[in-house]
Amino acid sequence: MNPGDALEPQTYAVRRSDLVRYAGASGDFNPIHWSDRVATAVGLPGVIAHGMYTMALAARAVATWTDGAEVVELGCKFTNPVAVPDDDTGVDVVVAGTVKSVEDGLVTIALEVTCEGAKVLGMPKAVVRA
Amino acid sequence: MPVDQSLVGREFPPTQPYRVSAEKVRELAAATGSAAGPVPATFPIVMAFEAMNTFLEDVGVELQRIVHGEQRFAYERPIAVGDELTATLSVASLRQIGGNDIIGTRSEIRDASGDLVCTTTATLVHRGGEL
Repeated sequence: MNPGDALEPQTYAVRRSDLVRYAGASGDFNPIHWSDRVATAVGLPGVIAHGMYTMALAARAVATWTDGAEVVELGCKFTNPVAVPDDDTGVDVVVAGTVKSVEDGLVTIALEVTCEGAKVLGMPKAVVRA
Repeated sequence: MPVDQSLVGREFPPTQPYRVSAEKVRELAAATGSAAGPVPATFPIVMAFEAMNTFLEDVGVELQRIVHGEQRFAYERPIAVGDELTATLSVASLRQIGGNDIIGTRSEIRDASGDLVCTTTATLVHRGGEL
């Protein structure tokens, strides 16, 4: 990997069933991730993906690009919700990345994570061991 | 009801030791379609989330009023199956903006020897007002 390299964007479908599965696996049973009634009551458009679900997809893309390299840092802001419709196809999240730097054995990757054309994570970044 | 400013700097007791099992790693990886193999980078959220829940219950905040604002992980070493981990949460900052509380937390994930494995920081937005 070299600075400036654009990494192959990865597209992942997110369905309601994935969120239920993730809730069970992670222990995050916040009802805004499975109940439209609660989600709309707190002002959300409907059930949204766990921020950590979207972040996990970003980490999944990094693992794909780097062949499972050791992650040293991972971080992002959650700037826009990923609304997940109650149907069988769900919604696509696209993870793109650019190599920002390669130094001291560490590769810094700037990510761009979008859903329906809108960025959903703010300044997502990963640092992996080269 | 705003969260009390005196919380800043408070450290909560460590969570019960959490044994990282191959089954749990597979389950979490499979939930996000990730390949089997190394422990996913976001895995420490399992312990950090438990610490956060204890904190929210302690201060009387409902989980459904929380929106995740930011999350960062800095790893000292990769997490491995067989690790026994605890999370110790402290409240780093607290601000009120437009009727919401913006809570900054920091959790240290340590192994059975007490060595630091990962430090994770989170910004939690507590939405005030009526539901």
